[in-house]
Amino acid sequence: MCVKMYEIVKAEKLTPDVTRLEIAAPHIARKAKAGQFVMLTVDEQGERIPLTMADFSAEKGTVTIAALEIGKTTRKLGTLKAGDKLFSLVGPLGLSTHLEEFGTVVCVGGGIGLALMYPVVRALKQAGNRIVSIVGAKNKDLLMYEDEIAAVSDEIFVCTDDGSKGHHGFVSDVLQKLIDDKQKIDLVYAVGPIIMMKVMANLTRPYNIHTVVSLNPIMVDGTGMCGSCRVIIDGETKFGCVDGPEFDGHKVDFENLTARNKRYLAEEETSLRVFQGAK
Amino acid sequence: MAEEKKKSRIVPKKYPMPEQDPKERVRNFNEVPIGQDKETAILEAKRCLQCKPSPNRKICKDGCPVEIDIPAFIKQLQEGDLEGAMSIIREKQNLPAVCGRVCPYENQCEGLCIIGKKNEPVGIGRLERFLADWERNEQKHGRVETHPSTGRKVAVVGGGPAGLTVAGDLAKLGHKVTVFEALQYSGGVLVYGIPEFRLPKDIVKAEVDFIKRSGVEIKNDFVVGKLDTVDDLLKEYDVVFVGTGAGLPKWTNLEGENLNGIMSANEFLTRVNLMKAFRFPDYDTPIRVGKTVVTLGGGNVAMDCARTALRLGAEESVILYRRSDAELPARREEVHHAHEEGVKFELLAAPLKYIGDDCGNVKQIEAIRMKLGEPDDSGRRRPIKIEGSNFIVDCQTVLVAIGQSPNPLVPMTTPDLKTTKWGTIVVDAEGRTSKKGVFAGGDISTGAATVILAMGDGKCAAKTMHKYLMDDPSWPAPEAFEKGAC
Ligand SMILES: Cc1cc2nc3c(=O)[nH]c(=O)nc-3n(C[C@H](O)[C@H](O)[C@H](O)COP(=O)(O)OP(=O)(O)OC[C@H]3O[C@@H](n4cnc5c(N)ncnc54)[C@H](O)[C@@H]3O)c2cc1C
Ligand SMILES: Cc1cc2nc3c(=O)[nH]c(=O)nc-3n(C[C@H](O)[C@H](O)[C@H](O)COP(=O)(O)OP(=O)(O)OC[C@H]3O[C@@H](n4cnc5c(N)ncnc54)[C@H](O)[C@@H]3O)c2cc1C
Ligand code: SF4
Ligand code: SF4
Ligand code: FES
Repeated sequence: MCVKMYEIVKAEKLTPDVTRLEIAAPHIARKAKAGQFVMLTVDEQGERIPLTMADFSAEKGTVTIAALEIGKTTRKLGTLKAGDKLFSLVGPLGLSTHLEEFGTVVCVGGGIGLALMYPVVRALKQAGNRIVSIVGAKNKDLLMYEDEIAAVSDEIFVCTDDGSKGHHGFVSDVLQKLIDDKQKIDLVYAVGPIIMMKVMANLTRPYNIHTVVSLNPIMVDGTGMCGSCRVIIDGETKFGCVDGPEFDGHKVDFENLTARNKRYLAEEETSLRVFQGAK
Repeated sequence: MAEEKKKSRIVPKKYPMPEQDPKERVRNFNEVPIGQDKETAILEAKRCLQCKPSPNRKICKDGCPVEIDIPAFIKQLQEGDLEGAMSIIREKQNLPAVCGRVCPYENQCEGLCIIGKKNEPVGIGRLERFLADWERNEQKHGRVETHPSTGRKVAVVGGGPAGLTVAGDLAKLGHKVTVFEALQYSGGVLVYGIPEFRLPKDIVKAEVDFIKRSGVEIKNDFVVGKLDTVDDLLKEYDVVFVGTGAGLPKWTNLEGENLNGIMSANEFLTRVNLMKAFRFPDYDTPIRVGKTVVTLGGGNVAMDCARTALRLGAEESVILYRRSDAELPARREEVHHAHEEGVKFELLAAPLKYIGDDCGNVKQIEAIRMKLGEPDDSGRRRPIKIEGSNFIVDCQTVLVAIGQSPNPLVPMTTPDLKTTKWGTIVVDAEGRTSKKGVFAGGDISTGAATVILAMGDGKCAAKTMHKYLMDDPSWPAPEAFEKGAC
């Protein structure tokens, strides 16, 4: 069978509201690197949204994305099946993760961040680092990619907000403990909700531990032509899509990012209401 | 002598172009000028004197960057031979329905029209538009001739007017052309920038389809530099043309610019035109304007923003520009349309800072009055602040339309491509860059300009590329590109 461009070759649910899609895009898979993202449009009426590549394989000619279904576009994605085609898929975009042998890298991920974190952890491991992963979710059913991440980590800590698995509490508790135990940490890589990345950056700042975060500002084109994605780094305006998405967590203006990501809340609600009404 | 006699019978004004009523049109995105009918177009054509070119005076044709034989096509139209007229235009012009709408013809062909010296010039732009529309609607967009293959392969980076012109011209000469375009639709600024009410997207699509039918392949969603680089392309193609435009927004860099509600003209227009946010929620991309929209800048882009804002429901749309009416860089016709639709002009005023509310949304601009001083390097009078004249404008949206810079991605990923300090790619007079086999043109080499100049660049580069491919693979020495480079 011939697989067409942007055809979905595999669709599955990782949790009740996270969909993982493997998409035929050999040209992108060939060039993709850890930390980069794609912009996709589901159908002609659709919005262009950025999603990090949770995996990519040049051999299979596919890229994989995992989306948390929070609004209209991500919910539409959740209805797609193998054989369906996307209207548009652009990538690989953004700068890839800076890789070198840092020493010990603590990788922290929360919620959907776990899917995005996996290729980065894998690449950091391949670059010769000792990896300590801290993975967190609300409860054990929402934990994703635990086995995959464990396979490329030297050590892994699991936390859940409700204590249903691993440590009862937040990923920050575990990181704080590692620091208190005087563990040598050369780099912290954190990806997840904005609030989590902000807490991580605040936590490591007094100890001067370099901390990289992966930001998720609202994007339109993802190629540097509009500035919808601008973020403030060390007082300077940067474009998330071309200068990022990864930045030095100690320099990010998280308040501005949080406010900017609420720009279209009212319209997003309308969109979702109309979509659900129509279904 | 014959001309003299005819001049006495000249109809002094252009035949009117019917337009949507301003009150009506500010509530829709339909095209503003409705178009002329055949009878009117022929009458308009008959105003033309059929001047003969001569070395000591310039006529219409000398003002057209793509060298359309204007008197010749008008002659066919005078005689009612629409097909003949159109085939003359098609010889030189790959995007006639587009140029007939957005060309600044008042400074170009019509600016040199002999009749225009004392009366209104012949409406060359609207005649071109009429013929192109007639061809698209009545002729199913003309015949497409195929050409014997030369076996040469051409890569074009960017599917804007410059790239499409190169593609169309080289396909006509039998080369195998592939266009790589970053966005999901082709046309560059024609699809993401210029609004529907000035240039309907169906028309751009029809023009692009015409180019495709002449054998050009277009790969959309392909960002050169992120996927293949120019160097990668050179392994597979004999030549590469770079026409990636001036897509990078400029900012005011004033305090508060990252507040919610402040966006670049590019973001605003891309949301509305490319993503069709004006049809939200049928289309998913959101846009919000609020009660008052302030647009900073005075060019075509600013006019497009201010007029679009009204159509999205803004009660008040204000242009804030630091010089006076006479210096507005926008086409006069656009300024006139903006006035008719109720856009307010706050001239001789410049922003100082943006003021936000507690939630991070812009609520005001602090601005200052300006006066004009001595002319600067550009020959325009320099605006000077009038101390103490600060004032406040309330607004919910600010659109920053103060210019665009060249798109840096291709130069950044092609190390041996020389650029100027403004980031434009250095080219010689015939479109060659400092890298052998690589050509460039349009906004990426000139800085933000016009559709027709980008097409003119494309034409010129296409000629050189053809020569390079067929018989003369020589290349200027590197020193030729030192001037202007950094
Ligand atoms: C570089 C990058 C990588 C990302 N990777 C992933 C990923 O791998 N998995 C995942 O689930 N999510 C990821 N996101 C977030 C994802 O893009 C948004 O969740 C998605 O756009 C929401 O669209 P929606 O229509 O479903 O929701 P909406 O109801 O439209 O929006 C919900 C929220 O998502 C954010 N959002 C909305 N539109 C956009 C947009 N155009 N661009 C960015 N954010 C937007 C806003 O904060 C908004 O409040 C990433 C974001 C960025 C910038
Ligand atoms: C809002 C607005 C209104 C305007 N109004 C007028 C008008 O009325 N009349 C007029 O004559 N001119 C007008 N202009 C100017 C005119 O549109 C431009 O001068 C013209 O489009 C330049 O053509 P171009 O082909 O050089 O570049 P563009 O039209 O910018 O096209 C460049 C193309 O290259 C693509 N691209 C960029 N980087 C890459 C990459 N790395 N890989 C692949 N593709 C890439 C872009 O997506 C784009 O499609 C206006 C401009 C704007 C923004
Ligand atoms: S392309 Fe532009 S300049 Fe040339 S004839 Fe047409 S309107 Fe005039
Ligand atoms: S200059 Fe004017 S009148 Fe003379 S040929 Fe051209 S369009 Fe006709
Ligand atoms: S998303 Fe448009 S510039 Fe980054």
